[in-house]
Amino acid sequence: MKYKGRNVYMVSGGVTKFTKSAPDMDFRLRVKKAFDYALNDAGMEIKDIDGSVASYFSDHFQRQLMAGIMVQDYLGLVPKPSKRIEGGGATGGLAFQAGYEEIASGRMDTCAVYGFETMSHVNTWKGNEFIALASDTNFDYPIGGFYTGYYAMMAVRHMHEFGTTVEQLAKVSIKNHGNALHNPYAQSPMKLTVDDVRNSPMVSYPLTRLDVCTMSDGAAVSILASEEKAFEITDHPVLVKAIGTGTDTMRLSDRPFGEVPLLPNESREDYRNLKYPGVHSFRAGRMAAKEAYEAAGITDPLNELDLIELHDAYTSSEVQTYEDLGLCRYGEGGKFIEEGKSGLKGKVPVNPSGGLLAAGHPVGATGIMQSVFMFWQLQHTVKKHFHDDYLQIPNAKRGLIHSHAGTGTYVTATVMEAVK
Amino acid sequence: MTLNPDAKLPEDEKGTVVFNTDPLIIKSHYEIDYIHSYAEDSEFFRSLGKKKLMGSKCKKCGYVYATPRSHCMFCGSETEWFELPKKGKVHTFTTCYFSGEEFLNETPFNLVMVEFEGVNSLFMSRLIGAETSDIYIGMPVKAKFRRNQKMSVTDVYFVPDVEK
Repeated sequence: MKYKGRNVYMVSGGVTKFTKSAPDMDFRLRVKKAFDYALNDAGMEIKDIDGSVASYFSDHFQRQLMAGIMVQDYLGLVPKPSKRIEGGGATGGLAFQAGYEEIASGRMDTCAVYGFETMSHVNTWKGNEFIALASDTNFDYPIGGFYTGYYAMMAVRHMHEFGTTVEQLAKVSIKNHGNALHNPYAQSPMKLTVDDVRNSPMVSYPLTRLDVCTMSDGAAVSILASEEKAFEITDHPVLVKAIGTGTDTMRLSDRPFGEVPLLPNESREDYRNLKYPGVHSFRAGRMAAKEAYEAAGITDPLNELDLIELHDAYTSSEVQTYEDLGLCRYGEGGKFIEEGKSGLKGKVPVNPSGGLLAAGHPVGATGIMQSVFMFWQLQHTVKKHFHDDYLQIPNAKRGLIHSHAGTGTYVTATVMEAVK
Repeated sequence: MTLNPDAKLPEDEKGTVVFNTDPLIIKSHYEIDYIHSYAEDSEFFRSLGKKKLMGSKCKKCGYVYATPRSHCMFCGSETEWFELPKKGKVHTFTTCYFSGEEFLNETPFNLVMVEFEGVNSLFMSRLIGAETSDIYIGMPVKAKFRRNQKMSVTDVYFVPDVEK
């Protein structure tokens, strides 16, 4: 698959602090705060924005259809072009890519991608139910109505297939909650031990409360631009080098047992006895990575990516995603975290922001939040925005953001690169 | 003359639940009954009443699904109904201690994905009659059916396939 479009750059970003419940602002004002932050940081004004993409997941949470246009209206962007993108947990990643397409196609020279979710409109149990409506409502929802249950079954199979342990999963929680101690935008910074994670209440065996992300209120905004515009706006734009998107069956039950789509650094021999994806791996994640790597010319992701912000709604899905992204072979994800390779000082820092587990997961804002944190990393401006440079990856030149829906139904992978 | 400057809305005592005054947070109720058709999957639900678990088999490529699926995802051809075995094995499992609101009063409950001999994909269901520590991958299980149907996928569930 080849696409020839114009080069796309990210020129600015803004994020609100993610919190469990922030009823003092509605979604429009929350987006406005992130939008103004992004405009101010780039010295831009509303008139400099050609159009937008709205990113939010659930009309049930919002209890308001057409919430996107209400934001467009509030921000002062009417009557400019806009649309809403929705794809479950991957909504943010998909919306970011839709913004990329607006620029790449030549339709717009600047595009604001704004994401938001207000999950505190209902209590956590109702929220679980709303999220579970993003599973097949005839077949999967009536059985459990609970995403952690579906992910727990995948984790159990991953453990069976590859020998992954709950202690290895706990290390993801420790890493991400620990990184968040230095991210002022994060919802749940915590210093944890393996015992803390294992002794927290069991949600769905083997996943405990600290293996699972939380409900959040939040908003995030990215501003994308064409090459000409980008360098007018800032001396330090970040190139959106390549995008990739994969999909898989809605029902986990329908996943086939076939062959692994190989990355350049893998061979058929590596997976002689592995039936793929089954329920242990995310084929959509693999396909997204494959498309993005091919477009970016990446053949050895572990050595060619300096950092990653990936969709760790569960500790287990972070481990599964190491493998989908080809940072290690399928089955080696548990060892990868155990050996500290994804740590802040590791081979390829994963979720230096704290990820979904600790930064938070206001669904429609999440994928945009990843792009903003990645943008600041690649601009080397983490200190400016966080007032703390602890999380700045010193050699950050090229990174990947990864957004993921359902039980792995839509997955996006986007490669971003510093230009200076 | 119908103009009436003394017109007044009737007052009632329903009021509104207020959680907080600054910001003002109120209770906002919403519920709906859908007229929901199982459409091309109807036979699956009807069959549960006859104690049959129906999957789908592709007429062209022969792929066998443990779920209703009227067209094949590999070749796009029409499938035919295929009666699944009543006995299978646990492919993976969990026990849920929390859930969505609708099922909270059923916790803890076990979810399983069941694999069947000669069938290419899995079936997700509840497993009762076993605790987490009893369940293992490869465990033999068998399908059971509610006598009084609810016309839901929960009309079938699984139990351990062991001698009493």
